[in-house]
Amino acid sequence: MRTQDQERNRLFGRRAALLAGGKVVLISALVGRMYYLQVLEADRYRMLAEENRINLRLLPPPRGRILDRNGVPLAVNEQNFRLLVVSEQTDNLDTTLDALARLVPLGEADRARIHREVKRRRSFVPVKIRENLTWDEVARIEINSLDLPGVTIDVGESRHYPSGELAAHLLGYVAVPSESDLNGDPLLELPGFRIGKAGIERVYDLPLRGTAGNSQVEVNAVGRVIRELARNEGRPGRDLNLTIDLRLQEFASRRLGEESASVVVMDIHSGELLVMASTPSFDPNAFNRGLTSEEWKALISNPRSPLANKAIAGQYTPGSTFKMVVALAALESGTMSRDQRVFCPGHMMLGNAKFHCWKKGGHGSLNMVEAIKHSCDVFFYEAARRTGIDRIADMARKFGMGTPTGLDLPGERPGVVPSRNWKQATLGQPWHLGETLVNGIGQGFILATPLQMAVMTARIANGGRAVVPHLARDLVQGGEMAPRPMPTFQPIGVSPTGLAVVRQGMNAVTNEQGGTAWAARIREAGMEMSGKTGTAQVRRITLRERETGVRKNEDLPWKERDHALFVAYAPEQAPRFAIAVVVEHGGGGSAVAAPIARDIMIEVQKTFRPAVAALAPQDAASRSQGGGG
Amino acid sequence: MRTWHLDSTRHRMTLGRKLGQVSWPLVMLLVMVAGMGFAALFSAAGGSLDPWASRQMARFGMGMAILLVVAVTDLKIWMRYAYVLYALGMALLVAVEVVGTIGMGAQRWIDLGFIQLQPSEVMKIALVLSLARYFHSADLYAVGRPLFLLPPLVMVAAPVAFVLKQPDLGTAMMLLMSSAVIFFMAGVRWWKFAFVLVSGLAAIPLAWQFLHEYQKKRVLTFLNPESDPLGAGYHIMQSKIALGSGGLFGKGFLQGTQSHLNFLPEKQTDFIFTMLAEEWGMAGALFLLLLYVLIIAYGYAIALRSRSQFGRLVGLGMTSTFFLYVFINIAMVMGLLPVVGVPLPLISYGGTAMLTLLFGFGLVVCVWVHRDSVVGRRGGDDG
Repeated sequence: MRTQDQERNRLFGRRAALLAGGKVVLISALVGRMYYLQVLEADRYRMLAEENRINLRLLPPPRGRILDRNGVPLAVNEQNFRLLVVSEQTDNLDTTLDALARLVPLGEADRARIHREVKRRRSFVPVKIRENLTWDEVARIEINSLDLPGVTIDVGESRHYPSGELAAHLLGYVAVPSESDLNGDPLLELPGFRIGKAGIERVYDLPLRGTAGNSQVEVNAVGRVIRELARNEGRPGRDLNLTIDLRLQEFASRRLGEESASVVVMDIHSGELLVMASTPSFDPNAFNRGLTSEEWKALISNPRSPLANKAIAGQYTPGSTFKMVVALAALESGTMSRDQRVFCPGHMMLGNAKFHCWKKGGHGSLNMVEAIKHSCDVFFYEAARRTGIDRIADMARKFGMGTPTGLDLPGERPGVVPSRNWKQATLGQPWHLGETLVNGIGQGFILATPLQMAVMTARIANGGRAVVPHLARDLVQGGEMAPRPMPTFQPIGVSPTGLAVVRQGMNAVTNEQGGTAWAARIREAGMEMSGKTGTAQVRRITLRERETGVRKNEDLPWKERDHALFVAYAPEQAPRFAIAVVVEHGGGGSAVAAPIARDIMIEVQKTFRPAVAALAPQDAASRSQGGGG
Repeated sequence: MRTWHLDSTRHRMTLGRKLGQVSWPLVMLLVMVAGMGFAALFSAAGGSLDPWASRQMARFGMGMAILLVVAVTDLKIWMRYAYVLYALGMALLVAVEVVGTIGMGAQRWIDLGFIQLQPSEVMKIALVLSLARYFHSADLYAVGRPLFLLPPLVMVAAPVAFVLKQPDLGTAMMLLMSSAVIFFMAGVRWWKFAFVLVSGLAAIPLAWQFLHEYQKKRVLTFLNPESDPLGAGYHIMQSKIALGSGGLFGKGFLQGTQSHLNFLPEKQTDFIFTMLAEEWGMAGALFLLLLYVLIIAYGYAIALRSRSQFGRLVGLGMTSTFFLYVFINIAMVMGLLPVVGVPLPLISYGGTAMLTLLFGFGLVVCVWVHRDSVVGRRGGDDG
């Protein structure tokens, strides 16, 4: 018995030791696991815990306003009242919605969508009921708020263009980013966030947008916010000042009226665009509200294309407004002197082909100034014949034609400056001398936008400097806006004597009796404008028609009438502004376009009169610096 | 071999002497662990005694009283009433099976008004006592006979079957394993354990059929917690994140983000170790583990010192049960074992587990107080 007990005790001790050993192994496993989790992997789990706990919420920055040169708002943010419901705060979602439906229109589709969203989200997440509430609706809901548990009104922002149609083309619009806009910036994925999609809104989108702030909030396991840990306000979008003068823009738009037309007014020294109007226009706010399909169809089927910005996207045959370029090409290449006289019998023969002057009986003998004054076609046939198309093309390019001018606005078209190489490259055909003659009077292949015509005129008037137009008064540098320094533009390489001849001719057009725009001259002393008319043929005049008499524009259907063009600068004594007016199918430049230009140029100069009067007229740079006011 | 005498004076001690014999260092270790538990429950409630810490303190007080009463009760009494206690436990298990099916889906307790009595908890004590009594007088020759092992196997299988039926996989495993410890300590041969283990493994596919869907899911989730991060694997993932993010020294008392933002499930009960390790780091967790190891070592020392086989088996059995609680709970929250509902002893909020454990330690202390008693075959005085 004793020995058995002792044996049992020894076994017990042995096995207790074994059991203890086993437990030591298991405890070691626990310690090892602890070491693995809390030391080796601690950083990873710490990160996961922070990810669990901290939710980064973006605070969208308010978009910067767009202002005209005088600070008049062109694009602003309007308060957008949104109706939200938090389902967990309602006693019963349906009774709340029933009560709401008595106050604001609430369709069955809306209710279905609300129920869907409430089901999908956690019960404390607000769900949108409606947006764009009117002030009346807001008031009604506020008064009844006691009967509407869980319903809140939230103020968001939406873009509004107080100037409506006036600057629609150049301002562009904002919209929800499309798939291709997404670049990983979480701001763009924020519901309801809009970015610039066209026009100034698009070009200056980044400074206007600002940078998003964020708020670090601590959330619990179901996502409810416990407290805010940190807040970074971000940077609101910068206001952008344009060079446009809204009052002048409005005047010009009104003056164009119902015509399908465009006008550009620019400062010839600084390149600031004071007016850039294209009619007919559209109301950008309608796009924000959402267009009906009828409205949209009406917009895109309108033959006067209200959606197009004709000032930069309309390419027109420049007609006689191109004659200055031909004259300068002839003078600068020495193929004609300023006193060279050409006799105009009403037509010119080239081989068997007969090239008509617009004046049936002919102008008789004229020099270059007289030829510009009367816009004689025969003189410029001769000038073009002597100079050759390539030299004319070179000169045209010096004046900014054939390529986009570099305006800070998307959608600018390049126009066409024809040359031998151009024709070979694009049409695969050799150049004919007859085409030189036709292009010499601005017809044929050549195309230019109204903006290019204004730039051409500006470069003539500013002494041959390569002024480039712009719309923003501020420059964007690394996301910040800085006032644009006074630009210094390089000379384009045209002699002052040549420019003087052309300017003398343009002066004669408006300010000498017999000039093609004499009737549209500015009579106010000190505001005189020098210009050049142009008429772009839209259809071909047949030989038979010439014999029976060219039909008058008024007798033609609208689509077949000529485009009326006019370019000018003013004031003649100390040029400061250049203008280009194109009226599609308007008829003759002198009858239709020139009076429009006259009225606008008077208004422009009146606006800037104090500044103009205060200026010493000798220094171009100081003049245009004064142009800010 | 003599019959026992109730008033045998040979080893009789006065109550005062018995209290003096109580192993106070062990009691102090238990108080320290419970103290850490109170702090953890205080934190789990967001820095408040309500609703957990205060009630836990009251229960601990009650538990300590039970511990002392159990400790000073004569060891032979426990031996004598071991089978009675077991029969009572079985009766309660049957009762809860009848009542439970009428009540909630898996009711495991009987409401006694002041406490919810879990028969499976009673069984944790009663089974150890009964097996200890059965093996107390068995010499190695007897233990070697397979037929001799049949009654204790039945004694184990009956409550395990009922507990499994409840279904409470965790408790069933605990009952099995603490029984196995007693079989092992009693001297059952290695190869018999190997046999049971192999047949057990062979039965796994069969047992799988009988598992409840949620149990199957728990096992599968344990095997690959990332497979279902928003479902059942969520808890264990969040527990690991909480533990890991605590690092070496923790986030500070009351500063556990995972626990306080409710990413952590059951932070006051089964997952309290996670919260503790999140707030106090590995340092705090190791300290707690050290206290547990000391308690277990103390239990071993007491068991080895006991002169009676009953005392040795009870001491080691209760200590091993305690160890199993500690290991299963901590391994579970660290993702080493599937999630089974086993609380962290003396720390997790919960009355019955606390009382069971302190009752069990009462027995361990009792073994110490009566370390020199000679316990007869049926609980008598002689050996």
